[in-house]
Amino acid sequence: MSRGAWLISRLLQIVPTFLLIGLAVFVLARLLPGNAVMAMLGDRGTDEAVERMSHALGLDQSIFVQLVGFLEGVMSGRLGDSLAFRIPVTRLIGERLPVTMMLTGMATLFALLAAVPLAFVAALNANRWPDLVIRGIFQVGLSSPIFYVGLVLLTVFAAWLRWFPVGGYGDTLWERVYHLFLPAMTLGLSFAAIVMRNLRASILGVIHAEYVDFARAKGLRARVILTRHVMRNALIATVTLVGLQIGSLLGGAVITETVFAVPGVGRLMVDSIFARDYPVIQALTLVLAVFVSLAFLVTDIVQMWLDPRVGR
Amino acid sequence: MSLLSVENLHVTFSTPRGPVHAVDGVSFGVGAGEVLGIVGESGSGKSVTLRAIPKLLHANATVSGTVRWRGEDLHAMDDARLRAVRGGQVAVVFQEPMSALNPVLPIGVQIDEVLTAHTQFDAAARRKRGIELLGLVGIASAATRLGQFPHEFSGGMRQRAMIAIALAAAPALLLADEPTTALDVTIQDQILKLLLRLVGELGMALVLVTHDLGVVAETCDRVAVMYAGRLCETGTVHDVFLRPHHAYTHALLRSMPGEGAARSMLVPIPGQPPRIDAPVPGCAFAPRCTFTEARCATTRPALVAMADGHESACYAAARLGSEIAA
Ligand SMILES: Nc1ncnc2c1ncn2[C@@H]1O[C@H](COP(=O)(O)OP(=O)(O)OP(=O)(O)O)[C@@H](O)[C@H]1O
Ligand SMILES: [Mg+2]
Repeated sequence: MSRGAWLISRLLQIVPTFLLIGLAVFVLARLLPGNAVMAMLGDRGTDEAVERMSHALGLDQSIFVQLVGFLEGVMSGRLGDSLAFRIPVTRLIGERLPVTMMLTGMATLFALLAAVPLAFVAALNANRWPDLVIRGIFQVGLSSPIFYVGLVLLTVFAAWLRWFPVGGYGDTLWERVYHLFLPAMTLGLSFAAIVMRNLRASILGVIHAEYVDFARAKGLRARVILTRHVMRNALIATVTLVGLQIGSLLGGAVITETVFAVPGVGRLMVDSIFARDYPVIQALTLVLAVFVSLAFLVTDIVQMWLDPRVGR
Repeated sequence: MSLLSVENLHVTFSTPRGPVHAVDGVSFGVGAGEVLGIVGESGSGKSVTLRAIPKLLHANATVSGTVRWRGEDLHAMDDARLRAVRGGQVAVVFQEPMSALNPVLPIGVQIDEVLTAHTQFDAAARRKRGIELLGLVGIASAATRLGQFPHEFSGGMRQRAMIAIALAAAPALLLADEPTTALDVTIQDQILKLLLRLVGELGMALVLVTHDLGVVAETCDRVAVMYAGRLCETGTVHDVFLRPHHAYTHALLRSMPGEGAARSMLVPIPGQPPRIDAPVPGCAFAPRCTFTEARCATTRPALVAMADGHESACYAAARLGSEIAA
């Protein structure tokens, strides 16, 4: 199979993936314990009201009609209205999603900026003091829960030093970066620790490879050996890990956004769960699952670009 | 003066299970246009010796002794000078063709980087030289092959690609560790002929590690026989093969099937090579030797000149006589 064919088949894979995600979300929403409509209406759940609402939501129709209707709605971008905010779910998520994207994007950037160079420093000084210091610090980062790290950063940098705001978001790009700085640090810390450990291990695996010795035997500069022969091969394993971590990063965003009062989809998810805002929960699950599978797609493409053996 | 001289080389690996004395006092020299064969059983320290020369061993290896390149102490060179020697003047062909090429870089790039490091060629000239090199080692449709990755090459082609890379900057010395093991007989011949042509025409020196005494007989001027990290005997191929002065060489030649010479692989001698984690006080070969005397087990025999250019470390040298009537 050629690489082009591999790429096309990988892209096509996304279609059944999305269908399955849609199906899973649909089924899960109907597996929720108790009657969703009753739960939504709470105290106002008179028989009549329940019936009216069930009819409005199409819940009185057969399951297949509901499924087709649901999938049609998803395709055409009609995901219903939020029960709590009384606006279309798509608009609500459209406003909140960019905030979370920016937060996770910044967190990923911070994590990689810290983890990649430090992994090299640690690996090249394996078991000597720079390695021990770096690993020690990241070990602490890895074992501290996100909300705790967030509170510590808030206390020190926002409350005491007043370098950063305690929460919220902003209007201009710069303001937003400024507001999301501490949250992104918080969210990125454990991610950085995971990437650092993994990359350090793969560098140590690669650095004693025969082809690296052969590169030394060629009389290449240390920098060339490191970037061309060591880094590229070490990154192949780590890229997969980074991709797989996107899911947990989104999980972490839920907590981070709550601690720092960031108006993203993470907090929206929490609020919606408490408010039993089913249309929002359902749509968010859908959007986040699609986002994660797109992240996997990008990971695979980067992987293909780094490793010529993929897809041949 | 020899191009390369190795004096009293010792290599000790520190391993979790204690030190391993892989190379234990090896000395030899190679002159321009000369071909030295290094033979010995598996584990006798041939590859480690070869890697120690351009300082390719890792931090777990303690290396002592002197390695001189054109009279200059190679292990005392600064980084820039060492880089210029490695690949530019002293090139290496590794034993494992499957793992010595970088899996994520096209073969062309892996040749090109040697030329970039050691020549003034521009990109077009480097590409031309790359095609020429692959052709030289017998890889067809070289221009296409330059863009391919190692996994698209067969084992034999990888080995030839590695030889092409080593030869790229026209080194003055090639250290080749079993360069023809993965090749079939015809291609093996072709590669050896190519190397001998470079030796003859360009005066390249060649150190050839091999298991194959037939190859040594056909291609080498001189031979060094190693056993358990030690040098047993060196001399011209003619002298050593016809009149071995070391009991191990003697046994080795006798263990060859048929009438010596043509293309015979080493057949192991009964018994096991010694463990090299504890230094043996006497001769390492003594336990398997049929010529032993009392001092063999207690006092290590020194490498002494037996005849002009023929050295051996064996107390029984004189008693071996002319038993090899090849
Ligand atoms: N990096 C290392 N760490 C520890 N021991 C090593 C290392 N490299 C080699 N050795 C040991 O040194 C000894 C000599 O190994 P070497 O590879 O030089 O043998 P060889 O003569 O090339 O054998 P072969 O013919 O099988 O290639 C062996 O006992 C081997 O186990
Ligand atoms: Mg070897």
